[in-house]
Amino acid sequence: MKRENRLKGVGIYLLGFASLFAIWHVAATWIMPSVLFPPPWQVIVKAIELARDGTLWEHASASLARIGLGFAGGSLLGIPLGLAIGSFPVVRRLLEPYTEFLRFIPATALITVAVIWFGIGEGSKIFLIIYTTIFIVIINTAAGVAAVAPNKIRAARALGAGPLQVFFFVALPATVPYILTGMRLAMANSFVTIVAAELVAANDGLGRMIWDSRMYMLVDQIFVALLVLGLLGFTADRLFRWGIYAFAGRFSPVT
Amino acid sequence: MSSTPALVELNGVSKVYRSLQGSDYVAVRDFSLDIPAGEFFCLLGTSGCGKTTVLNMVAGFEATSSGTIAVAGKPVTRPDADRGVVFQGDDSLYGWLSALGNIEFGLRMRGIAKAERERKARHYLELVGLKGQDHKHPAELSGGMKQRIQIARALANEPQMLLMDEPFAALDAHTRADMQRELKRICRETGRTVLFITHDIDEAIILADRIGVMHAGPASKLKGTVAVTLTPEERERTHDKFTAVYREVHGLIRDEVAISLKRAH
Repeated sequence: MKRENRLKGVGIYLLGFASLFAIWHVAATWIMPSVLFPPPWQVIVKAIELARDGTLWEHASASLARIGLGFAGGSLLGIPLGLAIGSFPVVRRLLEPYTEFLRFIPATALITVAVIWFGIGEGSKIFLIIYTTIFIVIINTAAGVAAVAPNKIRAARALGAGPLQVFFFVALPATVPYILTGMRLAMANSFVTIVAAELVAANDGLGRMIWDSRMYMLVDQIFVALLVLGLLGFTADRLFRWGIYAFAGRFSPVT
Repeated sequence: MSSTPALVELNGVSKVYRSLQGSDYVAVRDFSLDIPAGEFFCLLGTSGCGKTTVLNMVAGFEATSSGTIAVAGKPVTRPDADRGVVFQGDDSLYGWLSALGNIEFGLRMRGIAKAERERKARHYLELVGLKGQDHKHPAELSGGMKQRIQIARALANEPQMLLMDEPFAALDAHTRADMQRELKRICRETGRTVLFITHDIDEAIILADRIGVMHAGPASKLKGTVAVTLTPEERERTHDKFTAVYREVHGLIRDEVAISLKRAH
């Protein structure tokens, strides 16, 4: 019974995806036929071509590597900072100007500064992804610490746990769902930021691919990049969700 | 009773909450109570009378404003493993741990070896009637089962006493009656001293060796105590002796209910 329901769910899901491509096809073939709006099959043919000659892999892997490094770095910095902010009012007051001020300056606004500081290479991109990741992770982690039920902490103290034990065995595990949710949101932000950064200044990456294609009016190539971005983002998010369920299901994540 | 040394001694305890507006709120004033070892003491009072405040101070969650509290002759300054606490809601359970993991939490914090703490945790899991549920997580258990886990978790630590803050108030009537019977059985088997908070006269008579009735808040203290010397068979709502005790307790609390209702309006 449960299995049948699940299969049904997946079926409807796939139907939703198919309809997206169907509407695109109808729109590009009959409603707005134009060289500037390629239908899906043309984009897929182009994608296969670009995958064969290695161009697609070169750009996609460049973008993914930047996202991976920046996202990991931002999370590794953000989690302890968020825990400290959530645990100690002094740290919160000290760091709130940073989090509350900087989180309203979008990473895209810092692209030019990043390029001036760190150059056109990897440095500026990784900086921007760290920047776009860190605040979401900090804020979610701190909110998670603040949301730990006081009775959980009281119970631990009455069972003989000291302050450090309360932190590591109660506050930290109780915060994990919030941390993971923050990371998931940050992941989505990373995809937005990397493309913007590569559009402005980069030697490779999917954003650069879009920009180059524009210069030569290779509209189908732009669409290949867009399609790949959507697919990569979707896959990354699914993998993350799957990871949460597989490894952290007992922390009852908020997904 | 006077020959037994008191395990819990509250002497002239007051609790004042400072408010931001400057007018202080006196929750409890000059509260004194002795609980002998092995006694099941029910503290009965209307809502807002400060009974939870008393429990929180004995647990060490809140400091007294004046007066002293001692357990086994030792002044209470902070929460510790000698006083196990069972809370009303289930939010004190650790959702990421299994039933067994929750029960052995205190033993783990206190550095008891794995084999020993698992043996103890299983013993108390069985004692509260949850044999075979060891790998389930709190989210998979019913309200009554979760309260059983809380009780087992507190008992597994083998504290000198249990502090229970309306632990069955959120349960449905049948589960509550069931849990009251079970708790009485567990206390008979373990001989534990209990301070049990409730606003339910029936519950107090079913469980207690002695019932303390509190004045309506604020600035509340103990109004009087009633010894309950009923046999297990007599602790049935329909029994004549039960209704006699009920009338006695009700006589003490009746006026306080009226006062607390008037204050609420």
